[in-house]
Amino acid sequence: MSSFHEDHQSRVTKRLLELRRKNRKAFAVFLTAGYPSLDSTLPLVRLCDEAGIDILELGMPFSDPLADGPIIQACSQQALNNGVTLSWILEQVQAIREFTNLPLVLMGYLNPIFRYGVEKFFRDASSVGVDGVILPEVPLEEVHRFSHHARANSIDIVLLVSPTTPISRIKEIDKTTSGFLYCVSSTGVTGHSTTVDEVRAYVVMVKELAVHPVLVGFGIRSAEHAQQVASVADGVIIGSEFLTKIRSLGQTNGLQMWIRKIRESL
Amino acid sequence: MKYGLPDKRGYFGAYGGRFVPETLIEPLRRLEKLYTRMKRDPAFTNEYYSILREYAGRPTPLTFAERLTAYYGRASIFLKREDLCHTGAHKINNVVGQILLAVRSKKKRIIAETGAGQHGVATATVAARFGLQCVVYMGEEDMHRQQLNVYRMKMLGAEVIPVTSGSRTLKDATSEAIRDWVTNVNDTFYVIGSVVGPHPYPMMVRDFQAIIGKEVRKQLRTLNTGKSLYLIACVGGGSNAAGLFYPFLQSTARMYGVEAAGLGLDTDKHAATLAKGIPGVLHGSLSYVLQDDDGQIALAHSISAGLDYPGVGPEHCYLKESGRVQYHAVTDEEALKAAALLAKLEGIIPALESAHAIAFLEKLMPCTKKGECVVVNLSGRGDKDMQTFMERLTYE
Ligand SMILES: Cc1ncc(COP(=O)(O)O)c(C=O)c1O
Repeated sequence: MSSFHEDHQSRVTKRLLELRRKNRKAFAVFLTAGYPSLDSTLPLVRLCDEAGIDILELGMPFSDPLADGPIIQACSQQALNNGVTLSWILEQVQAIREFTNLPLVLMGYLNPIFRYGVEKFFRDASSVGVDGVILPEVPLEEVHRFSHHARANSIDIVLLVSPTTPISRIKEIDKTTSGFLYCVSSTGVTGHSTTVDEVRAYVVMVKELAVHPVLVGFGIRSAEHAQQVASVADGVIIGSEFLTKIRSLGQTNGLQMWIRKIRESL
Repeated sequence: MKYGLPDKRGYFGAYGGRFVPETLIEPLRRLEKLYTRMKRDPAFTNEYYSILREYAGRPTPLTFAERLTAYYGRASIFLKREDLCHTGAHKINNVVGQILLAVRSKKKRIIAETGAGQHGVATATVAARFGLQCVVYMGEEDMHRQQLNVYRMKMLGAEVIPVTSGSRTLKDATSEAIRDWVTNVNDTFYVIGSVVGPHPYPMMVRDFQAIIGKEVRKQLRTLNTGKSLYLIACVGGGSNAAGLFYPFLQSTARMYGVEAAGLGLDTDKHAATLAKGIPGVLHGSLSYVLQDDDGQIALAHSISAGLDYPGVGPEHCYLKESGRVQYHAVTDEEALKAAALLAKLEGIIPALESAHAIAFLEKLMPCTKKGECVVVNLSGRGDKDMQTFMERLTYE
């Protein structure tokens, strides 16, 4: 457990340690910034926070999201049509920080970050209160491009493992990640549905190898599914299904109840 | 000095690398290992060369363009006749190599992206030849522009999946092919059509296309042409250009890559990534990308579907910055005019992509002298573009 405890105690780490002490599982949701509209992001975050999520992943929309399935693709496109930019997202985070200390990580693609400037991105993200980033296009071999900026600004870089990752590499990735280890539940894009049986043995293995908390994402659909997956991990991340619920339920009690139900099942 | 690129991490100078989801990292490493082994395996290379000879129709001729030479009255112009390859373009050189790798890795399902349809047709063709299942992703807009190739792929037994996201062209077809690959990576081999994508693809595709330049070198030797040599090729992703240039990189030949200027470089309707792009990440490698101020990928435009792509191979970014190759751009109009000229003077109707290389002669030829030698890579034939020619060129 050494490296996990020695990490600078980011909001993400603190929350996950606290959950571990209470013997509870983490619940993270992925929300595309600016979806369904520019003025819906703050109320949606507030709603999620009040309903008890542990970590918010705020998606930075990209025109060509090649790791995403149809649902997140459509939401990204709509957000871009709404005029979302990286600067706007950082402003939203600043506004979010006025009402909550919820651990918040940004997730997205590299090109907009390169364009914004890598160093400036980490500096600005840190100054508005971002806790971590998830960049699925950046494998272990390329993390060095970002890690010193991240460290200098106390931002976690959360790395991913997937079912094709060899055991020795899972260990390497676990050594390098910070905050938690993102365990991609199946080969495929986001929203690709999986069965618990397929995922279970693999998550159990990752969990045995990893020092960091293991959160499982990609393709988790229901409270039942979440609970079963979480029982062998430290938490779950729900993205496509959450966005689908936003579309069908809107910012309503119904949405809040859906989150609560999952939260309580974990 | 040895050229020796890409380096171990897949970089050509500052460009290249491997920027893909974790799921693809191990499969890419395995592919790289397999390719490195096969490159030195005589059984593999013999099979590759024999299929190119017996099936794809290599070597392709180097044709002296006598009347085109007389028209400009300067250097002698030669055409490398990739248009005479089976399926009508250079694309098959690379596909044969990659499908042999797929067979060696026991993958039964082949996927590909296609823009003009030439790479899709080549992939469907070689997949049929080896009895493999083949799925081709093609933007809906391109399917409309290149109906003939859509039908050819179907007749060859491939499933053509229309891509309706984004600009509905090559960039979106490539994203969709990568999504398929991430999902079905255990039984599927992704045959990339140009020198783009994550390492080892840019290197592998270049090596398989290098047959073009190797043949040209040999053919020039027997022709006993003078020392001063110019090489011209069009650049979409950059595979036919890389294939022609690579064997000459350590020679004194002057090289010119020609991008699509669409409606003009001063408009936003072009596909001149090297001229107007900015370094970024698209489809798995670090290279120049056409993009807006927020880093969103811009829509490319070219009359030629095969050049209509907002990215370009990382090696070309390196060759541009090192100054070894010069890159220029010609417009839709210039390309159309060049196609008409070549048809009339040489009896060859070029693909619209290749017509961009021909069009560059207008700029280059006045700077050449008699006794010098210009080789233009005629990367494909124009059959697939007849609809566009009919709409855009009028004859009495
Ligand atoms: C005939 C022909 N030439 C050139 C190209 C452009 O590709 P590349 O730049 O990889 O050679 C294409 C692509 O479809 C093509 O069909």
